[in-house]
This record gives sequence, C-alpha cells and structure tokens, in this order.
Amino acid sequence: MIGNTQTVVQANGLGLTFRTNDGPVVALTDVDLTIKKGEFVSFIGPSGCGKTTFLRVIADLEQPTSGTISINGMTPEQARHARAYGYVFQAAALYPWRTIDRNIALPLEIIGLSKAEQQERIKRTMELVELSGFEHKYPWQLSGGMQQRASIARALAFDADLLLMDEPFGALDEIVRDHLNQQLLKLWARTQKTICFVTHSIPEAVYLSTRIVVMSPRPGRVTDVIESTLPHERPLDIRETPEFLEIAARVRDGLRAGHSYDD
Amino acid sequence: MTSLRSKIIPVITLLAGLVVLWYAFAIYMNAPFQRDLDRRAGQTPGVVEFVGKTLSQPKPTVPAPHQVASNFFENTFLRNVTSNRSLVYHAWVTLSSTLLGFAFGTVLGIVIAVGIVHVTTLDRSLMPWIITSQTIPILAVAPMIIVVLAAVGITGIVPKALISTYLSFFPVAVGMVKGLRSPEKMHLDLMRTYNSSKTQTFWKLRVPASVPYLFTSMQVAVAASLVGAIVGELPTGATAGIGAKLLLGSYYSQTIDMWSALVAGSVVAALLVTIVGLVGQAVQRSMGGRPA
Repeated sequence: MIGNTQTVVQANGLGLTFRTNDGPVVALTDVDLTIKKGEFVSFIGPSGCGKTTFLRVIADLEQPTSGTISINGMTPEQARHARAYGYVFQAAALYPWRTIDRNIALPLEIIGLSKAEQQERIKRTMELVELSGFEHKYPWQLSGGMQQRASIARALAFDADLLLMDEPFGALDEIVRDHLNQQLLKLWARTQKTICFVTHSIPEAVYLSTRIVVMSPRPGRVTDVIESTLPHERPLDIRETPEFLEIAARVRDGLRAGHSYDD
Repeated sequence: MTSLRSKIIPVITLLAGLVVLWYAFAIYMNAPFQRDLDRRAGQTPGVVEFVGKTLSQPKPTVPAPHQVASNFFENTFLRNVTSNRSLVYHAWVTLSSTLLGFAFGTVLGIVIAVGIVHVTTLDRSLMPWIITSQTIPILAVAPMIIVVLAAVGITGIVPKALISTYLSFFPVAVGMVKGLRSPEKMHLDLMRTYNSSKTQTFWKLRVPASVPYLFTSMQVAVAASLVGAIVGELPTGATAGIGAKLLLGSYYSQTIDMWSALVAGSVVAALLVTIVGLVGQAVQRSMGGRPA
C-alpha cells in the first residue's frame, strides 16, 4: 500500500446515540479513523461495541449524532447516491423469488445497465466466487456458504471500490469459513478494493486484515488500532506462525482491556 | 397413495356420520306434520312406512339428503343449461356477477393497500374507515346500493357486482398492506445501499414479497364475493341466480329447491376457492417457491 495515500473513509469525533424507550443508548463515541484506499480493515469487538453501527454510518443506513465522517470526500448520503460502496450483510439477504443470476442482476437493473453488460458482470463475478453453473438455481437450493458467496458476488457485480462486510461469515461453520476467507483474500488482491470487515473472530481478523480496529462496548469506542506485519501472501498455515500469534495476542489484550463486564 | 387414503378415510367417515345425523334430524323434524296428515287421513302406518313417508314429503321442513341429491342432480345435469330451472343457469348468473365484483374488489383492495403503504396520511385516516365499513351488515346496505344505482340508471350485473366488491376489497386490502410491508429490514436496507428509487423498491421488492399474501387474501375475497352476489340477488327481485332461487324457494316453501340451491352455492364457492388456490400455487412455483 506504499505510495497509495488516497483517503477513502475519514471519521473525526464521530458519535451516535440511539434514542430508545429506555433512554439514550450510546452506540458510538468519539471515533477517529482514517481508511486509505486498498486497505483491508477489520473491526473487532464484543456485541454492542458499535462495529456494525460504524459500518452502517459509512453506508448512510444510520445517521451520526455528532462528529463528521466523509467517504471519498463526500457525505455518506452523497456517497450512497454516487453508489460508492457495496454492502454484504450478516445473512445473504438473497431474494427468494429470484434465481442466483437474477439476484446478482438486481443492483445492475437498478443502476440501469444494459442486458449485455449485466450478463458480462454476472458471469465474471460468479466465476470469482466459484459459483459458475449455479446461475439458474434458487437460493434455497444452495447451502449457506454458497448463498453467502452469491451475496458477495452481488456486491462485487455492483463494482464499487469500497466493500463493506458485516460479519458475512458469522453463521458459517469453521471449514467453510476458512475457505471463504482464503477466497476473499484472493479477491481483494485481484480487485484492489478497499474492504471494511466486521467480525467477532480474532483469527479471522488477524488472517485477513492489513489493519485491525479493536472496539469495546458501553459506550462503543475504538480502544486500539493494530497494523498487521503479516506479508500480503497468506496461506492458511500462517495462522500457526509466531508473528500471527503475536498479533492475535495483542488483539486479545485490547479486547480484554476494553471489556466492560468487569466494570 | 397412503397420504390420499389417510386423507380420504377420515373425510368420508365424517361425511357418513353427518348424513346419518341428517336423516335422523329429518325424520324428527318432519314427523309432527306427517303425524298430522296421517291423523286427518285416518291412517295408522307402521314404523317403517311412517319413516318412509317423513323422508318423501314434497315440501318437508327438513328435506332428506337423497331428496336434495336427486333434486340437485336433476336440475344440474338433466336440464337444458339455458332453462331457468337449471341450477347451472342460476349458478352462472351468480358466478358472473361474483367474478366481476371479485375483480373490482381485488383491484380496489390493491389500490387501497398501495395508498396506505406509501402515504402516511392514508395510513392514519383510511384504515379505521375500512374496518368500520365491514361492521355494517351487508343485508342493510345491499338494497340501498341497488335502489340508488337503479335511480341513476345503473341496473343489471353492475349493482350486484358492487355488493361483491364491497365485501371482497376488505380482505385484499388488509392482506396486501401486510404483504407490501412484509420485506425484512435487511432486504430494504439492501435496496437503500443501491440508492434504489421508491418505485424500484416497490416493483422489485414489495410486490414480489406480497404475492403469497395476495393469493391468501384473494381466497377469502372470492368466497366473500359469492356471498355478496347472492345477497345482492335477494332485494332486487331478481328472477335468476342462486339468491333468486333461494328467495323463490322460500316464497313457495320449496324447501328441497332451496337446499339444492344452497348446495349449488357451496359447490361454486368450493370451486372458486380451489381455483384461486391452485393459481396461487402455480404462481408461487414459478417464483421459485420451494415445493412443499
């Protein structure tokens, strides 16, 4: 990433307080963060730490109540209108009445691409996530892992430079998860996208990221930002190296330090 | 095959039980009149003969099943379908206004639902009135609709169909409001991330998501339409239709005719509900529904 300094996400003193019937809930407070183009940034922390909320603020799905945030120099709303990002949700969120290729076509229909362009992108992204041959299947005919891959293909077909992923592999078993992590790294290397990735798994965060943002709850805040020293090329067994374990230990320490259960 | 048998046997058993009860009830209900007749004629029939007579009166209080069955069979299959004694003819008259009213009602229900889902003012103002409209007894409203429309020169099938509309728009409106609001938050958020317009979200998400709700409420609506059409035939002095047949039967104490008209109405209702259900299944299958 050396020599590439274009800022994609810039947050300063960002805060968000939800008004609920039980009084205000501080989901995020005083978040300062800069994400550069081409980075793979993971957000990790226990539930309630605001990692998903932060992602949703970037996506203009939640409105911050204090501080500023810009995406490619624009407000989140402008960025959303400019279709600056693709979003992958916790569940695949495929439309059950559309076949897989029609699901991937959904955002393309909305931007109004030609049929030929749609076909080309569907073919390309389905190859990227290794789902070729399943074009005409309905979502229920696919396994959970395949559905999630289809939803990643859908986000990739949208072809924004920023990819926001909210615990996309959280509901999958370990083996499938490892496989998808590897595929995701390859995709990232090939497409040069900027990725913001929410997770609650330490190995997943360390394995994938160039930078790990550790967060803690009540109120949701950033407690540590860890630069990864791991090489770009990462086979799965890198997870047994001392370097990997050292970063993982630091993440764990950060999580423990910010943990509010012993407050 | 096993599932067929496991379904058919209980249904047949229940039906047989009901027929037996019906016979017992018919004998019980028709006996006083029969006893009266016999006394005047100075006859003292045996038990078997007496029972036989209670089950073959020309105008019984409660007709026996076989009387209704033979009347139904005769008037359905042995009459020319253009004859006004044919149940097929009467059923068709009622069916045509049912279908017209059902079509109006479905369209109206959908339009109202779309309005309620998209316009906050309508959401707050319309729903209470829609619910109120259904608490007014249709028997009270029907003659007024017919009379008012006749005064402005609208007669024939339309006034009857409007009564069906009045009854059938309600389930469709309520079902479709629910259906159009059924998409999960995640599916709506997804549309938002694509910066999709309201119209796009409507056609690509809300409409397909509401299809199962539409067909379920249409099944209720089509049965309500039939009731509406029959009720609509009562105050018009209509000479044709299942409602007219019921009314004439009651004027002339043709109880057997009334019962077989009732059976005809049930058969039509069952057919309509089944057809709507089958169409619904076919549509959902073509939309990737998982086979049950």
